[in-house]
Amino acid sequence: MAEPHESQTEPAADNTVPAGDVAAGPSLEELLKQSNKPAKFDPDAPSILTVDNLEMYFPVRSTGVIRRKIGDVKAVDGISLSIPRGGSVGLVGESGCGKSTAGRAITRLYKPTGGSVKFGDRDLVQLSNRELKPLRRDVQMIFQDPYSSLNPRHSVGAIIGAPLRIHNMVPKNQTLKRVQELLEVVGLNPEHYNRYPNEFSGGQRQRIGIARSLALQPKLIVADEPVSALDVSIQAQVINLLQDLQKEFDIAFLFIAHDLAVVRHFCPQIAVMYLGKIVEIADRETLYSRPNHPYTQALLSAAPDVKQAAIGGRRERIRLTGEVPSPINPPSGCRFRTRCPLAREICAKVEPPLMQIGPHHKVACHFAGELGNQPHDPVTARMLGVDNSGNPDPGATPTQIEDSPEFSDVWFDLKERRTVKP
Amino acid sequence: MSGSTGQKLGGETAQAVVDTAAPSTEVASKSPMQLAAGRLRKDKLTLVSLVVVLLFVLAAITAPLAVHFGWIDPLKSALNLTDEFGRPKDKWGGMSMDHPLGIEPGTGRDTMARLWSGVAFSLFIALSATMIAMVLGVVLGIVSGAAGGWIDAIIGRVIDLTLAFPLTLMLLALASTGLIMVEKYLHTPKGNPTAAVYVIVVLGLFGWTGIARIVRGQVLSLREREFVHASTMMGASKFRLYFREILPNLWAPILVTFTLMMPAFVSAEAALAYLGVGVNAPTPTLGNILNESISYADVVPTFFFIPGFTIAAIVVSFNLLGDGIRDALDPKGHQ
Ligand SMILES: Nc1ncnc2c1ncn2[C@@H]1O[C@H](COP(=O)(O)OP(=O)(O)OP(=O)(O)O)[C@@H](O)[C@H]1O
Ligand code: SF4
Ligand SMILES: [Mg+2]
Repeated sequence: MAEPHESQTEPAADNTVPAGDVAAGPSLEELLKQSNKPAKFDPDAPSILTVDNLEMYFPVRSTGVIRRKIGDVKAVDGISLSIPRGGSVGLVGESGCGKSTAGRAITRLYKPTGGSVKFGDRDLVQLSNRELKPLRRDVQMIFQDPYSSLNPRHSVGAIIGAPLRIHNMVPKNQTLKRVQELLEVVGLNPEHYNRYPNEFSGGQRQRIGIARSLALQPKLIVADEPVSALDVSIQAQVINLLQDLQKEFDIAFLFIAHDLAVVRHFCPQIAVMYLGKIVEIADRETLYSRPNHPYTQALLSAAPDVKQAAIGGRRERIRLTGEVPSPINPPSGCRFRTRCPLAREICAKVEPPLMQIGPHHKVACHFAGELGNQPHDPVTARMLGVDNSGNPDPGATPTQIEDSPEFSDVWFDLKERRTVKP
Repeated sequence: MSGSTGQKLGGETAQAVVDTAAPSTEVASKSPMQLAAGRLRKDKLTLVSLVVVLLFVLAAITAPLAVHFGWIDPLKSALNLTDEFGRPKDKWGGMSMDHPLGIEPGTGRDTMARLWSGVAFSLFIALSATMIAMVLGVVLGIVSGAAGGWIDAIIGRVIDLTLAFPLTLMLLALASTGLIMVEKYLHTPKGNPTAAVYVIVVLGLFGWTGIARIVRGQVLSLREREFVHASTMMGASKFRLYFREILPNLWAPILVTFTLMMPAFVSAEAALAYLGVGVNAPTPTLGNILNESISYADVVPTFFFIPGFTIAAIVVSFNLLGDGIRDALDPKGHQ
């Protein structure tokens, strides 16, 4: 990406948003549909980053002078996923479920308390800050809040130039030229390098943040809700920009979002998170058309456009009642049980394992099944060695269920209740 | 932002988006400081106080020159101008062409000369103490916020102790010991220089807590801002993080605290002089001039009002300026 890139200029599609009527304008779904051809899921793509059983616990300390540790905020509690080279994985969940923490633990803004993050042959979790510095070039982050992610006291040139200077990316006298190239790449006026962030709109600021993350020519970008703070019409522009950059520079993305509509057009593979754990992960087609976890089904029914597309608009919205429980003291068994419409006795007693139920589909639920078609007795009981209400069953032999970052080529078939190997 | 262009990447359309979305493409670039200066320019009261402050600063800077070139002599007494009770012979406290503000009762020294030099000495003392307090406070505040843990706890306790200290009482009680220590360790000449250094050091050592707390709080909140995470993400050093990313965001509270600390120390010097600690006559400071004037309040009211009014003018103008700067830097923080 040494040269400022050229792309064909598309005529400005002024008809997409009726001016001055953003609220009643077309939805993100419609805007993206027009311009966006999402990439296909490629199960054989080599992995660039492998997250295995990542844990990020924050200590909770007592108040007072001694400040004893009295517990943990289990913000991220054992997540595994694999991001293919040049591909993108979506990470979706409600506010407070630990998405940002996961992103920050993966990019080593935080030091994870457990698990591993393999990048190439190195485990980022084990590296010291000094050892990390050269790897920072390869793994970058785009932040959630375009207002706090740019230092208000630095000019745009200084902001985008900082990574170039820190890593000696270009000779000193070329920094400005490179900054201007980057501004152009993200669709900003290169002459505006001496302006300050307060002179830009939210969408433009997010572009500046994107330019900054591109400065080091990373192989992987963790995008933490990069469009949540923006107007719908601007969201589509920024997502399109990211998609173009991904194709152009072959960057892998971990795309964090709080609803399923945004990632739908970006990520061929999507993981759904609840309270620090992944509850369902699948390729896009499977996740949107045949979600098996009640939480995913609720999220999908809450995204109006996706509902339309995924389940023909026939279903009512599933309302999730109550609040997300505190990660300091998560519910026993299944963490979703306090809000789950299907919760039964076993759900409070045994934690459902994340089991693979299809070629590219894993789900963590005792009653996993398509909406309206859930089984009457727990599918997991036998493999966990418990009876249907979750009490240990002396006659049963539990099978080892391991959660690996990759998909296996054997899985548990829900209908036949047995492990299948195609 | 209306965002009426569903554009893709690329030169021309990008340009179009920028033009519709940026506030204005014509204006030259403005940093947050320049914007604050712009707001300040519209604030009449603050501008007036700025002018008054600048006049005092000018007076302080020119005083040594005026003495050097012999325009004024704050030390020359003129006993022929006073009567047998020490009162100025002329009306209005001895005001005349030679002595525009009258003369000092008792000695007949020129009031304007003494006041002019007094402003210089007082502002010098206040400025030195302010610098000590600011440097201490900013550094300890950043260290406290950046390090956290037991370092933060210790600095916090020191701040509590300092605030709980009965400062004036200690200053009085320890004045003699303090003066001897200053003389011994800082090798200052006996008398007024030592007294001045003592006042400066003590005010500085006890004045840093407020700004330290502000800076610590700011560091703690700024550290969680995403631009600091972004800087870490770039592989920036700790030094860069705290001094290039965070410190520039602290100028507002630093500047405001500075302008508010100056008048506080000017009046502190005056209060101490009244209690007999600090620089003594004949070297003029606003404090000892005021102290002197109090005993003549009934006989020579002009002489009594002049130093009091000067101190009030300094305190009010600096405070108004500080408030004005605060409002200009943080336009959302007030109505
Ligand atoms: N530094 C920290 N110390 C203690 N607890 C933390 C810390 N950071 C996050 N948490 C807790 O971890 C949980 C997850 O937070 P996180 O910011 O990752 O959520 P999120 O999914 O990104 O939510 P949002 O959509 O609001 O950004 C929250 O309960 C939060 O309170
Ligand atoms: S395990 Fe039970 S509580 Fe958890 S999602 Fe499945 S049905 Fe609901
Ligand atoms: Mg977040």
